[in-house]
Amino acid sequence: MAMRQRDKGAAAKGTGEIFRVAGPVVTATGLRPRMYDVQFVGEEQLLGEVIQIIGEKTIIQVYEDTSGVKPGEAVMDTGAPLVVELGPGLLGSIYDGVQRPLPVLQKAMGDFILRGLKSPGLTREKTWRFAPKVKQGQLVGPGDVVGTVQEAKNVEHRIMVPPNFRGGKVVQIKEGSFTVDEIVAQLEGGEQVKLYQTWPVRKARPVKERLMPTIPLVTGQRVLDFLFPIAKGGTAAIPGGFGTGKTVTEQQLSKWCDAQVVIYIGCGERGNEMTEVLSTFPKLIDPYTGAPLMERMSLIANTSNMPVAAREASVYTGMTLAEYYRDMGYNVALMADSTSRWAEAMREISSRLEEMPGEEGFPAYLSARLSEFYERAGRAKTLSGLEGSVSVVGAVSPSGGDFSEPVTQGTLRIVKVFWALDTALRARRHFPAINWLQSYSLYTQILEDWFRKNVNEEWPRLRSWTQRTLQEEAELEEIVRLVGADALPPDQQLTLEVARMIREIFLQQNAYHAVDTFCPPERQFKIISAIKKYSDLGQKAVKLDVPTKDVASLKSRELLTRVKYETEFDKELAKTLAQMDEEFKKLGAA
Amino acid sequence: MPTEYRTITEIAGPLIFVEKTAWVGYGELVEVGLPDGSRKRGQVLDSSKDIVVVQVFEGTAGIDRQSTVKFLGETIKLNVSRDMLGRILSGAGEPIDGGPPIVPEKRVEIIGAAINPYSREHPAEFIQTGISTIDGLNTLVRGQKLPLFSGAGLPHNEVALQIARQAKVLGSQEPFGVVFAAMGITHEEARVFMDDFERTGALRRAVLFLNLADDPAVERLITPRMALTAAEYLAYEVGMHILVIMTDMTNYAEALRQIGAAREEVPGRRGYPGYTYTDLATMYERAGRIHGRKGSITQIPIMAIPDDDWTHPIADLTGYITEGQIAVARDLHRKAIYPPIDPLPSLSRLMDAGIGKDRTREDHKQVADQLYAAYAEGKDVRGLVAIVGKEALSDRDRKMLEFADRFEQEFIRQGSEEDRTIEQTLEIGWKLLATLDEAWLTKVDRKTLEKYHPAHRSGTPGAAPKVPA
Repeated sequence: MAMRQRDKGAAAKGTGEIFRVAGPVVTATGLRPRMYDVQFVGEEQLLGEVIQIIGEKTIIQVYEDTSGVKPGEAVMDTGAPLVVELGPGLLGSIYDGVQRPLPVLQKAMGDFILRGLKSPGLTREKTWRFAPKVKQGQLVGPGDVVGTVQEAKNVEHRIMVPPNFRGGKVVQIKEGSFTVDEIVAQLEGGEQVKLYQTWPVRKARPVKERLMPTIPLVTGQRVLDFLFPIAKGGTAAIPGGFGTGKTVTEQQLSKWCDAQVVIYIGCGERGNEMTEVLSTFPKLIDPYTGAPLMERMSLIANTSNMPVAAREASVYTGMTLAEYYRDMGYNVALMADSTSRWAEAMREISSRLEEMPGEEGFPAYLSARLSEFYERAGRAKTLSGLEGSVSVVGAVSPSGGDFSEPVTQGTLRIVKVFWALDTALRARRHFPAINWLQSYSLYTQILEDWFRKNVNEEWPRLRSWTQRTLQEEAELEEIVRLVGADALPPDQQLTLEVARMIREIFLQQNAYHAVDTFCPPERQFKIISAIKKYSDLGQKAVKLDVPTKDVASLKSRELLTRVKYETEFDKELAKTLAQMDEEFKKLGAA
Repeated sequence: MPTEYRTITEIAGPLIFVEKTAWVGYGELVEVGLPDGSRKRGQVLDSSKDIVVVQVFEGTAGIDRQSTVKFLGETIKLNVSRDMLGRILSGAGEPIDGGPPIVPEKRVEIIGAAINPYSREHPAEFIQTGISTIDGLNTLVRGQKLPLFSGAGLPHNEVALQIARQAKVLGSQEPFGVVFAAMGITHEEARVFMDDFERTGALRRAVLFLNLADDPAVERLITPRMALTAAEYLAYEVGMHILVIMTDMTNYAEALRQIGAAREEVPGRRGYPGYTYTDLATMYERAGRIHGRKGSITQIPIMAIPDDDWTHPIADLTGYITEGQIAVARDLHRKAIYPPIDPLPSLSRLMDAGIGKDRTREDHKQVADQLYAAYAEGKDVRGLVAIVGKEALSDRDRKMLEFADRFEQEFIRQGSEEDRTIEQTLEIGWKLLATLDEAWLTKVDRKTLEKYHPAHRSGTPGAAPKVPA
C-alpha cells in the first residue's frame, strides 16, 4: 500500500511555529496562509486546516488528536485547500472524515486509530481497464467523458475532464490497464487527464444547469413513497429523539432507494453502526441490479470518538464524492447521519475560537452552513450535458427530542421533505416511527405525474383518501378519549378501524423482515387499494346495520395483516381479496 | 529531571495558570508541590508560549503562588496488569485496599485511541442476564453499551448488581470479569457494591476504581478513563470478556461542567460544555468487539437523571451515543415491583443481532414485539379508564387492561436472586399472550403461532418446555 510517514519537507509554501494548543485548535505564528488551506502541524505533521487569521496569528483546526503537541513545534503550510481524490475505487470503500481509507489505517496502525499517518484516498496499486470514448483530435471541454472504467459490476465509472481544466483537442488517448495516477489523455495546451482528479471539498462542483426534480427517489418504504415522497435531487430531513429510528431509516434508504450510487456519511455516530453496514451490506442484493449493495456505496465513517474537526470535514468529503458521481450522469443518494453531530463539531470549534455564540451556543453561521450544504443537492444537467442528481437525506438529532432547537429549525427552513420521527410511536413499536400528521413533502404535487404514469392513475386519489382517513382518526380519537368508542356512530367506529388498518398494515413496515423490508410502489398501491376496498365494503355493511364489531373481526382482515410478509404476495393478496368478497357477500354488502 | 516552576499567576477553582515555562505539551501530566510537602496531580488543558492552564485533579485547596509546578513530559498513563483483578483502586488508579502496588505489565495512556470502525466486529452474542425485561424485550449483547436510566431513590444499583451476578453467555466458558468505576457515589453505595462482590466471590475477577462523593470532583474526569483503560487491557490483551459498570455518570457530567465553567467556556444546554457529547462518546465508544481478538467490553453506565427528565443533557446525549437504554421506572417502583424496568421507554438497538434461531429462540423477536405492543396498548387503556371508567371499555380494551396488569406482576416482577433462563422468560410471555384473542396477535406469524402458542401445542410431542411453577 502506498502508505508513508508524512514526508518531512515536502512541497511547502512556508513554515511557522506553534504558539498555542487548546484541544483541536492550534494557533501558529509566522505563516502567511490562505483561509482553509491545509497545514501540517507539529513534529508529527498532523493534518489541519486554517479557519481563522488574526494579524500574525493563524488559527488551525487539527483533524487528529493533539495530546503532547507543544508550542514551538513547526507548522507547514501546504498552500492548498483540503481536497479529495476522485476516481475509480471509491465505491465499496470506507473512509474516515478526511478520506483516509480505514482498511489502510488498520494495516498501518492496528485496530486503534493513531495519528500522523497520511494515505491517499485511492490506491495506486490497483489497475483499471480504461476504454476510451473519444478519439484523437476530438475537442473535449470540462466535464466531458473521455472514457470509462468498469468500477463495479453495474457501475460504469466515467472518466471526465476535470471541471477546472480549459479543455481542448485530444492530442493523445490511451487504452489499456492503468493505475489511477497514470495519464490516459493528453489535451492540446498540455492538460493531462488521469484516471483520478482532485477537488476541494468545500467547493461545490459546477454544473451546466439546475433542473426541477420531477422523478421520485423510490425508497420501497410505504410511508415515504406513498405519503411523503422525496424527489431525485431533493432534500429531506429526518429529525427524531434517540431511539426513534433515524439510523434504521437512513440504512433502509441506502439499501432500497433506486439511486445508482449511495454515499453514506456516519458523522459523529456509533462505530458499531458502521460495522453493521460493513457486515450486512455486502450480503444484500440491490433489487434493481442484482449486484451486492456494497458495490454501489461509499462509506465515510467518522465516529463520535474520532477527532471532531475531521467530523466537521466529513460531510463535505461525502458531498464532493456524491457530486462527482452526479457529474457522470448518475442519480446519487447521500445519507448524512447525523447532521447534528456536524453542527456540534462546528459549535465546539467555534467555542474554542471564543466566537460570540448564537442560539444554544451554536455559532451564528450555523444556518448559513446548513443551507450551503443542502444547496449542493439537486438535479442537474452536467457540464457534459448528462442528467444526474444528488439527493440528500440528513438525520437530525435534536437535543431532548425538541424540534424547536436550532439545528432542526435551520434544516427545516431549507429542506423540502420533513420526516418527523416520533417518540410516542416508537414507544408503541410503530416502525418506521414517522408521524403522519406532522411530516410533509413539498414534492407531492410535482411527483404526482410520475406515480400516475408509472404506478397507477389512482395513486393521488388513494393518497388523499389515506391522509383524510388518518386525519379523521386523529379528530375522532379526541372524542373517544372523552366519551369512549361505543358512543360513536357505526360509520365513524368503522373509520377508526380502517385507520387502524392503515397504520398497522400499511404504514408499519418491518425493516428486519426479509420480504417486508422492501415494498415496491406497485405493491404499495395494491395493499392500500385492498384496505380501501375493505373500507368501502365495510361502510356498505354498517349502513345495512351489520355491527362494526362483525365487520372488524372478519377473517379476511386478519389475512390482510399478514399479506405484506408473503413471498408470493400476489397470490396471497388475490386469495385475501376473494375471501373478502365472499365474507362481505355473506353480510349482504357485496 | 523536569524543571520545577514557581510561576503560578492565577488560581481559579480547579485550575492553575502558570507562566514563563518551557514549552509544554497539550494534555501533559503535571505535578504540583504544595508548601506543606504534599503533591497533587493535574493535566494541561491549554498550552501556549505565554501561559499554561492546568486542571488539578485533587482540587486546588492548599495551593498558593509559591507552590511548585513540574511538567512530567507525558500524558496520563495507567499501570495495567492481570494482577489488577481483585484489587480496589482510588479514582486516580492508586491501590486503596492496603495491598501492594500494582506491578505493571504495561503502562497505557488513559485517553484511549478510537477503535477503527473497520476493525470492529458487530456485537451479536446474547448475554443472558436472567432478568426477563432485559433478556426478553431489551436483549443485551457482548460489546454493547447499554445504560441504566434511573432517578434518585430508585434501585438501579441492585439491578446493576443483579446483572453483574447473573450475566453469562450461554454455552460459553470464556473468562469473564467486571470493572467497576464509581464516580462521586457515597461510601454507603460503594459499600453495597463491594459487599455484594465479596459475598458472591465476584471480587476475585473484578477491578474497582472508587472516586467517592467526598473525593475531588475533578478526579471524576479520569476515573472512568482509568477503568476503561484497565478494561481494554483485560479484554483485548488478556482476552477476557469484561463488563464495565460506571456509576454515576451524572456526577461525571457535573465535574465536566465544573471545569468548563472554571475555564469560562461558552456553555451549551443547561450550562454543560458544547463538547459534552464528544467527551461522553470518547468513553462510551470504548465498548465493543474487535475482529480477531478474544475479549470484549460491554458497558453498563448508570445515571440518576435529575428530576427523571430524559431531555436533561446527560440522559439525552447518552441516549444518542449508547445502543439503547434500560429505563428504571418510578411508577413501577412505587407499585413495589422489582426490578422496576419499564420496557416501553427501554430499548436495545443491538437486540436483533443477538436473538433468534441459534442464538435465543426463533420466536423471540415476534414474542417480544407482541408483548411490547400489547403492554403499550394496555397502558393506554389505563389512561382511558381514568376518564371514561371501566364500563365504557370494549372487550379488547378490557382484555388488554388485564394483560398489562398481569404482565407487570408476572413478567416484569421477579426476585433479586431469581435467574430466569431465556426459555422461561419466553414461556411466561406466551402464557400471557394466550390470554388475548389470537386475531390480535398481529406481530406473530401463523407458523410461529402454531408452534409456540400454548393453545396450539398443548399435548403435542416435542413442544417447547413448560414453565416451571
